Amino acid sequence: EDDDATFTQPSTSQVQRGLEKLTPAQVDQKTAEVVQYFLVKDQKKMPVRRADLVKHVVKDYRNIYPEILKRAARTFDQVFGLKLVEIDPKNKMYILVNNLETPDKASPVSPSNPKMGLLLAILSVIFMKGGVVRESEYLIWNTLRKLRVDPGEKHEEFGDVRKMVTDEFVRQRYLEYVRIPHTEPIEHEFRWGQRADAEVSKAKILEFMGELHEQDPKTWTQQYRQAHSLPNSSQASTSSSSQR
Amino acid sequence: MASRSSSSTAAGGSDSPQKPTKTKRTRRKRRKARAVGDMSRQMGESHRRFLQTMMVSGVIDEQAAKALYQYCCETHHTQYAPDKLEDFIDTINSRLQPMFMQIRKGMSENNGLQYYALVNMAETDITRMSSDYADNELELFRKTLDLIVCSENGKASSTDILNSTDSMTTRKMKKSETEHLLSRLVHDKWLSEKRGEYTLSTRCIIEMEPYIRTMYQDHIKVCHICRNIAFQCQICENPTCGIKIHNPCVARYFKGKSEPRCPSCDDFWPHEIPEVKRPHSQSRR
Repeated sequence: EDDDATFTQPSTSQVQRGLEKLTPAQVDQKTAEVVQYFLVKDQKKMPVRRADLVKHVVKDYRNIYPEILKRAARTFDQVFGLKLVEIDPKNKMYILVNNLETPDKASPVSPSNPKMGLLLAILSVIFMKGGVVRESEYLIWNTLRKLRVDPGEKHEEFGDVRKMVTDEFVRQRYLEYVRIPHTEPIEHEFRWGQRADAEVSKAKILEFMGELHEQDPKTWTQQYRQAHSLPNSSQASTSSSSQR
Repeated sequence: MASRSSSSTAAGGSDSPQKPTKTKRTRRKRRKARAVGDMSRQMGESHRRFLQTMMVSGVIDEQAAKALYQYCCETHHTQYAPDKLEDFIDTINSRLQPMFMQIRKGMSENNGLQYYALVNMAETDITRMSSDYADNELELFRKTLDLIVCSENGKASSTDILNSTDSMTTRKMKKSETEHLLSRLVHDKWLSEKRGEYTLSTRCIIEMEPYIRTMYQDHIKVCHICRNIAFQCQICENPTCGIKIHNPCVARYFKGKSEPRCPSCDDFWPHEIPEVKRPHSQSRR
């Protein structure tokens, strides 16, 4: 964060001047390095901090940083079908989100990711409960237990389940696990994280719930409104079988 | 088909009611031309979906690649030609090249099938793995690589690998750490394991062939039939010959031959001729 405080976004004219001093090949090379850096981080679903990006990759090219980022975003979109999303305007953090639409048919080659199944179950519960669930309600942990995943025990596939949910999923920005102020002993609540907001379709969750309970999704009026009223289209959609 | 459609007069004349027809016809023709000729060059949603799947899977066999190609085309309503998989991949590769990434093809030394892997071309060292492994883990991987490349059978036993930790220069690893690392390397598809012996995975060979060729110039074996690098292979027993052939290449080359003879020195080929393996009838998973 210290590094970011010293990084001032160059002006358009500064960027122009900077570009004039470099060859196209140099700019392309630096863009490629930024793309690679993002892809490596994205493998682990970890957000990228602007400060780290500038310090470790952009370096001397920081005066044309906005141009590099713009080109990288274009590459993500055109080559990989990914969208570069700023999830934290204050701390300047970015994630890559799947920009391809959810297919109707499942892929013949879809490597199974059992963690996604659990995550979707958790996200569904939170969504159906209006967007926030207190840990003390045990709803989240009971949902997992119903899926034969006990947060109290070390799981064969997932290991420390509690850590996976409250730490890994949170760092990946799929979930938020926040302290409820003025609670003694300390209590937490679960919410959707920014990556979930960007990648997971609430409409699809509601559709699935409808099938599960043999109800019309519209019967959940609040949730239906939530799922179909999003003003911006920062939300691409994915389902448990097409996760990246 | 003549491309006169770009001229301002359509069949009936050039008054306003004709204009929409001309534009529609031109657009339709352009779309068709793009579909037939240009599709292979243009990167579309079908290519992106294929690439995203490769990024998650790492390596897939040829049959799965063909099924995936078809699926991607059908999902995004792109013209699909079954024999154009290579062109399809070439399109993706042309856009990946600036990032030093490529989808490359290679043969499995175990079943002889072709596999596609998304590889990093930038690293000239095993630092491609450096985001996932610690320094001492990378050192142990290098030692395992040494053992495998310099062995006659392309294998390294877990015992030999464990013993090699004695000569480590970075932080030494305990037996349990080594075992845990080896299982991670197998899980991450760098190594394969069978009955306590470790070999290089197909993905590893595809990705690291240039690195291995450079680092181990004098030690590497090359298959006489397919000319690719060979780790697990049969060797001609004639001391003045000594050519190497991959097991699956042996199977294919000697298939149907009543008396197998070395393609180079004509000596009797004494090794057991394996059967040619057929691809699975179902795609994996």
